[in-house]
Amino acid sequence: MSRKLRQQLGFTLLSLSTIVVVLPILLLVGYIFVQGAPAISWEFVTGLPRDGMRAGGVWPAVVGTLLLTLGTAIFAVPVGVAVAIYLAEYARDTLFTRLIRLAIINLAGVPSVVYGLFGLGLFVIFLRFGTSILAGSLTLAIMTLPVIISTSEEALRTVPQSFRIVSLSLGTTQWQTIRRVILPQALPGVLTGIILGLERAAGETAPILFTVAAFFLPRLPNSIFDQTMALPYHLFVISTQVPGMPVRIQYGTALVLLTFVLSMNVLAAVTRSRFRRKRQW
Amino acid sequence: MAESPKFWLDRVSYVYEDGVQALRGVSLHIYSHQITAIFGPAGGGKSTLLRLLNRLNDLTPGRRLEGRVLLDGEDIYAPGVDVHALRRRVGMVFATPVPLPMSIRQNLTYGPEMAGVRQRARLDELVERSLQAAALWDEVKDRLDEPGIALSGGQQQRLCLARTLALEPDVILLDEPTSGLDPISTAKVEASLQDLKQRYTIVIVPHSVQQAARVADHAVFILQGELIEEGPGGSLFTHPRNRRTEDYVTGRFG
Repeated sequence: MSRKLRQQLGFTLLSLSTIVVVLPILLLVGYIFVQGAPAISWEFVTGLPRDGMRAGGVWPAVVGTLLLTLGTAIFAVPVGVAVAIYLAEYARDTLFTRLIRLAIINLAGVPSVVYGLFGLGLFVIFLRFGTSILAGSLTLAIMTLPVIISTSEEALRTVPQSFRIVSLSLGTTQWQTIRRVILPQALPGVLTGIILGLERAAGETAPILFTVAAFFLPRLPNSIFDQTMALPYHLFVISTQVPGMPVRIQYGTALVLLTFVLSMNVLAAVTRSRFRRKRQW
Repeated sequence: MAESPKFWLDRVSYVYEDGVQALRGVSLHIYSHQITAIFGPAGGGKSTLLRLLNRLNDLTPGRRLEGRVLLDGEDIYAPGVDVHALRRRVGMVFATPVPLPMSIRQNLTYGPEMAGVRQRARLDELVERSLQAAALWDEVKDRLDEPGIALSGGQQQRLCLARTLALEPDVILLDEPTSGLDPISTAKVEASLQDLKQRYTIVIVPHSVQQAARVADHAVFILQGELIEEGPGGSLFTHPRNRRTEDYVTGRFG
C-alpha cells in the first residue's frame, strides 16, 4: 500500500469516527423534535395534566424541575465553590487533603440511584424531611458537588501563579488576592462548572425517585416540604407506567426536558466565550 | 556621622525544603538613599536574599531561616510582625512585568485600596504621582482605564514600578527588572532609579555585571550563597580585592 493511500485511509477513518460521534446526538435531538413538536403548545407547557396524564400539560413537572434545580444550586454552589477555593488556594499537600480529593473523585463515581437511596435514608427518614423538595434538592446537591468542586478547582488553578505572587507582594492578604484577582479570573470556568453540574442534576431521575418526585400531583407545590412532579421522573412514568399513553405527549415531555437542559448548555458556552474575550492573559 | 543601616542582615542562612542551602551566613548592611546592587552568577542566592527582605519567601513551604533580618532595627521575622504592612513598606518589582488583569488605574490603586485608602482624591493623587515618578505619566495619562496588559513591555515594567511606588514604600526591591527589556526601555528604568534613590532605599539584582557597574552605589558580590565581597560601586568593579570577584567581573566565569 502506498504511503499516500495509507494517509488517505487514515484520514477517512478519523473523519468517519468523528461523524459517528456527532450523528447520534443529531439524530436524537432531531427525532425528539420531530416527534415532540406537534405536542408543544402554550397550553401543554403551562397546563395541568388531566385524564390520568393522558391529556393536558406538564406545568407541575416544569415548575418542579425548576425548583429542584434552584434548590440544588442554593446548596451545592456555595459549598462547592468554597471547597474548590480551599483546595486550590489554601490546602497544602497533606494526607488529609489527599483523602478529601480521593473522596471527591469517588463521590463522582457513585451511581445516581445510590445517591437516591442515600437521600432516602438520610434526608427523608433520618432527618424527617419526608419526601420533599428539600430532601430532593439536598440529594441532587450532594451528587452535583464533585462536578462543581473539580471544575472550579481546575479553573482556579489555571489562573497564573504570578498574579498571586504579585498581588501578595503589594501587601494584600491572601483572601483579598483571591477575592479581587483570582476569583474574577476563574469565574468563567467556575460558572461553566456550576451550569454543567446543575444541568446534570436537572435531568436525573434516580436521585429524586425516592426523595421528592410525585407520581401524579396535578398542582404546584406549597412549600419546600411538599412533594413535586419533575420532568425526568414524569417522563419515566408516562413512558412505562401509564397504559394507553399518547406517544405525542411522551415525546412532547421529552422535548421540554431536552430544551431545558440544552439551553443550560448553551448558556454555559456563551458564558465561557464572553468571558474569554475579556480575559487579559 | 555614621548613618544607621536601613536593613541589617545578621548572619543569615537560608535552606529550602529540598535541602538546597541558598544563603550561608550572609551579613550585610543596606543604607538609605543609595542603590545597592546584589550581583553574582545565577542560582547563587540573590533572589532568595531579595525575597527575604519583604518576606515573600514565606510563600515557599518548608523554609528554614537562621540569623536575623532587621529593618530600622526591628526584626522583621519576629512573632507578631504584620507581614502585609511590611510588604507595603518594602515594595518589589519582578523580572517579568506582570500587570494585574485590571485597568492601568486599578493596577495602581489596588494595593492602596486593599490597605484601606478609600478617598477618590487621594487615590487619584497616588496614581498621578507614581506614574510621574516611573516616567510613564505622559504616555498613559489619557488611557488610564485601558487594561494594563495593553501597554508595551517596557511600559508594563514601568507600570509595575509605579504600582510599587503607589504603596509609598520605604524600600524598593528590584529583581532583574530589565531582563526582558530593550536597551532604550532599560535606560529609562535605570534613569528612574537614579531619581528614586533620593527618596527611597533601592536594592536591585541587576541582570548583568555591566548593569551592576552602571547603577550601583554599593555593590555586593554573592557566590553560591556566600557574600564574597562588597564595596562602593566605583571601586568594586575596577579594583576588586577578592580573586573570585575579579574573575567574575572580568568575565572569566559566570
